[in-house]
Amino acid sequence: MFRDAYYTIVEFLRTFGAFQLFFMRVLSISPSVLVLRFPLVVKQVYNAGALSLVLIMICGLFVGAVLGLQGYTNLAKFNAESAVGTFAAFSLIKELGPVITALLFAGRAGTALASEIGLMKATDQLAAMAMMATDPLRRVIVPRFLGGAISMPLLVAIFSVIGLYGAHVVGVVLLGVDTGAFWQQLQTALDPSDVHEGIIKSVVFGVVVSIVAVWEGFNAIPTAEGVGRATTRTVVISAIAILMIDFMITALMM
Amino acid sequence: MQQTRSVELGTGLFALLGFAALFFLTTQTTGSNDGAGDDAYEVTARFQNVGSLKHRAPVAMSGVTIGRVTSVEFDAETLEALVTFVIDRKFDQIPDDSDASILTAGLLGSQYIGLQAGGSDFYLEDGSEIQFTQSAIIIENLISKYLFSNKKKDDDK
Repeated sequence: MFRDAYYTIVEFLRTFGAFQLFFMRVLSISPSVLVLRFPLVVKQVYNAGALSLVLIMICGLFVGAVLGLQGYTNLAKFNAESAVGTFAAFSLIKELGPVITALLFAGRAGTALASEIGLMKATDQLAAMAMMATDPLRRVIVPRFLGGAISMPLLVAIFSVIGLYGAHVVGVVLLGVDTGAFWQQLQTALDPSDVHEGIIKSVVFGVVVSIVAVWEGFNAIPTAEGVGRATTRTVVISAIAILMIDFMITALMM
Repeated sequence: MQQTRSVELGTGLFALLGFAALFFLTTQTTGSNDGAGDDAYEVTARFQNVGSLKHRAPVAMSGVTIGRVTSVEFDAETLEALVTFVIDRKFDQIPDDSDASILTAGLLGSQYIGLQAGGSDFYLEDGSEIQFTQSAIIIENLISKYLFSNKKKDDDK
């Protein structure tokens, strides 16, 4: 039993170490790929970002609307309905925007990346590339990583803005909070550092989700079951990592 | 070819939307760009008590924001709070005997500095200090005053 535990721990450490080395390698060749293989990166920004746009916008609208509704009903107890803009802006820009977008992004783009790369591996496409002296890391992995990492901050910004609009629609248009009070209180309460916190989070989450997805795809067991498992693990690991890192960044930026 | 074109178009649209959203977030949601612009002059004022006045709080005259607080410090020599704020260069004809008081926006709102125009022929300029100031109203002090004044009346009876 102790032997099993020992091997589990050693195996975990080995995987974790291999993941770090993989991350370093991807990061080290990212600049050259960004310059030399720019069209490939653009294609991946389209796959990861542009195709997630509708999902992100719809979810952002409803998250913002719910914040407007919840904020209004709860703040109305203290006769502070006009603070609903501040409430929605703080929640969206600092927490919900980056976190929900990252979770959705892991589900929409992360799984697509992992299963695509996993299938390429299962059908020996990656091996064939290596045979033709094309580094699969440069041709397949890094462009996908960069595409995801570039798309995330933009998606988060879109999510937050649409969310604010949703809160505005519910708070101002439907429930009758004054437009001036909504925006003015929001602007006085929000500090540039709050927006910076959201942007930093979005960049970090983009890197984390993308690297987890390509790592899981690249190391998938090359069978149908293995690809399925890699896809599942992408979502699970991304979700845990996002929430843990979110806590750490929030604690650091206080 | 057609496919690449649509991919490029989609990516371009996405990036444009993303940067527009980032721009909106950084400029429209924070109050960093209203009131005092780049061209502003600095004025100081000493207060007995600044309450919870914070860095970047608005400076208003007749209710219109004309500047922002840049620092709230404690002056160890005079044992008073030293507040520095900037006023937009557009408003350079404020009499130098104007008085500054710390007011609260609404019952639970944040605090700001309100300027009341004086009658002097000289105007505030970069580096001038406002002589007449009125401290923030601390609710606890008000309540205790009220409580103790009532108590005195009761004692007198």
